[in-house]
Amino acid sequence: MEGSLRVQLAGLSLDYPGILASGVLGYSAESMQRVIEGGAGAVVTKSVGLHPRDGYVNPTVVQVKSGLINAMGLPNPGIEGYVGEIKHVKGLICQPLIVSVFGYSSEEYAVVAKKAAEAGADALELNVSCPHVKQTGSEIGQNPNLLSEVVRSVKDVVKVPVFVKLSPNVTDIVRLAEAAVNAGADALTAVNTLRAIAIDVETTKPILSNIKGGLSGPAMKNVALRCVYDLREKLPEVSIIGCGGVSNWQDAVEFFLAGANAVQIGTAIAFEGTKVFQTINQGIKNYLEKKQFGSVEEIVGLSHRS
Amino acid sequence: MSDCLTAANTLRTTKITQVITESPSVKTYVFRDMQCAKAKPGQFLMLWIPGVDEIPLSILNATEGGEISVSVKAVGDATQHLHRMTVGATIGIRGPFGNNFTQTHGNILLIGGGTGTAPLLFLAKTLLEQSTENIKLTFIVGARTKNELLFIDQLNNVCQKGRLIPTTNDGTYGRQGVVTEPLTELLNQEQFDAIYTCGPEVMVKKIFEITQTHKQPLQASLERLMRCGIGLCGSCVIGKYRVCKDGPIFNNTQLDEIKNELGISKLSLNGSKTPL
Ligand SMILES: Cc1cc2nc3c(=O)[nH]c(=O)nc-3n(C[C@H](O)[C@H](O)[C@H](O)COP(=O)(O)OP(=O)(O)OC[C@H]3O[C@@H](n4cnc5c(N)ncnc54)[C@H](O)[C@@H]3O)c2cc1C
Ligand SMILES: Cc1cc2nc3c(=O)[nH]c(=O)nc-3n(C[C@H](O)[C@H](O)[C@H](O)COP(=O)(O)O)c2cc1C
Ligand code: FES
Repeated sequence: MEGSLRVQLAGLSLDYPGILASGVLGYSAESMQRVIEGGAGAVVTKSVGLHPRDGYVNPTVVQVKSGLINAMGLPNPGIEGYVGEIKHVKGLICQPLIVSVFGYSSEEYAVVAKKAAEAGADALELNVSCPHVKQTGSEIGQNPNLLSEVVRSVKDVVKVPVFVKLSPNVTDIVRLAEAAVNAGADALTAVNTLRAIAIDVETTKPILSNIKGGLSGPAMKNVALRCVYDLREKLPEVSIIGCGGVSNWQDAVEFFLAGANAVQIGTAIAFEGTKVFQTINQGIKNYLEKKQFGSVEEIVGLSHRS
Repeated sequence: MSDCLTAANTLRTTKITQVITESPSVKTYVFRDMQCAKAKPGQFLMLWIPGVDEIPLSILNATEGGEISVSVKAVGDATQHLHRMTVGATIGIRGPFGNNFTQTHGNILLIGGGTGTAPLLFLAKTLLEQSTENIKLTFIVGARTKNELLFIDQLNNVCQKGRLIPTTNDGTYGRQGVVTEPLTELLNQEQFDAIYTCGPEVMVKKIFEITQTHKQPLQASLERLMRCGIGLCGSCVIGKYRVCKDGPIFNNTQLDEIKNELGISKLSLNGSKTPL
């Protein structure tokens, strides 16, 4: 029965199709272990760069209608400081560990990626789409030439699968995805947060210390779903991980039907707890049985077929 | 499923209605907030100082009518800024967040250090409101020196039928020494149905070790760096626990699981473990 939830993702085999999204509880080994115990098929770490970063002053997270806007500012201990934690998680979990990597140049991405892989990462996810830190993320994720260069420089130095996390803040996501795939990307994560802002009427000021941030949660789900649909239409072969606003099994199934092979979950953990993965797994299983589908893989992209 | 977001986490603005100077470095702020009116002792809120910062603070008191208070020690940029704010100033509030002290009756011991006394005072008042019959309160409260001892009048009040044991390092008020000394003496003589503590982590750690030796039930409130306050960002993690969501209150069993970090290390702003 368990087999029906198993998915293959760019050479990785996942017991369950739900993956912890980057930046959520992803600093410490014990919390990632807890997410795995909650039913996740794999975990993605907090994005790690070459040097330590403290991130922005609070408020770094603000709730809006049906979502959150965050501008954490990529706080991270730097890859040297994180290697120990990567090794520690590897000792605690059997499921794949995906290390999220960011940088300010293709050389930086390559250095960090190589160190993460050497420390034991089963795959890497390139964060080329953080909407609120200048000169990383968006700039790269919005420029096909820069993106190809980054992907190529990482592929040159690692053997593990490389995922590229795409930005929804572009006019044509397929163009960026094609650039990534042509440069050697093994899978696409779609998508990072949507650029957003929250303003307080009493003080008349933006709330986040960084002024702008990224919108996550149910508010962005149907945008992310459309991104996955567009990608699957043009790229029938590549592995796609849907991400954005998944909070229950229906959301997850919608992403599979749109063309995702797996989903990532972040924001829902704040409201449903780490057990959200188990609840979703059960819901998907019931759905597959009720509709007489043999596996998750059978319904991937089904909404495209007439 | 749009109810997956919570009313508690919605930021609302309110005005400071009263400021009380408690000691040279601590002020109490009073304001109205209907969400926090539901807060239970031990829970905390996130207070937004517009344009400056947003910081976690324990709830000192919450009335059904929605009058909330917090006590703040000036230690850095945000808290010093708050200390300069006066009645009528606008602040933002999220919360209440976290778990709360599990309430019980019988022979109860509370041990507070510094502003850590705030949630314990709230707890003591609540316990007495619910039953005065079968409760015996002992409150140990510690400070460096007399003028830093907080809430002494209110503590005398809640301890009318119980015992109040103030300690100061320099002996200017109550017993000279630290809170762990009267604690050890008490535990050599009697058993408690519950022991509650909040304060500097070195103190909490010592108290944990003493209660372990005497096999007495402890609930301790911990502090860690907080950003989201809702169990998402991972900034406040200790062991496998998120202080903002699984805590801030931890029992003996949980404290034992995190003893390698308790009083020793914490996550810094960049997420690396640093000495406390
Ligand atoms: C659950 C909880 C309840 C608290 N209750 C109270 C209270 O009732 N009264 C009180 O005076 N203080 C309380 N604190 C501590 C208070 O939040 C910090 O003193 C305050 O954030 C310091 O900010 P600052 O800018 O003035 O100082 P900074 O100079 O920024 O920092 C001084 C120290 O405060 C701590 N700190 C800084 N930022 C944060 C943050 N975002 N989250 C947690 N700790 C931080 C760090 O240990 C730092 O070393 C509580 C903390 C937590 C986690
Ligand atoms: C608090 C927070 C921190 C995040 N940090 C990162 C990060 O470091 N790197 C990254 O690639 N994405 C980060 N994200 C984006 C998430 O990984 C995810 O793409 C987004 O939140 C949408 O999914 P969700 O709606 O399930 O949360 C963060 C999101 C949140 C809410
Ligand atoms: S403050 Fe974000 S998880 Fe606790």
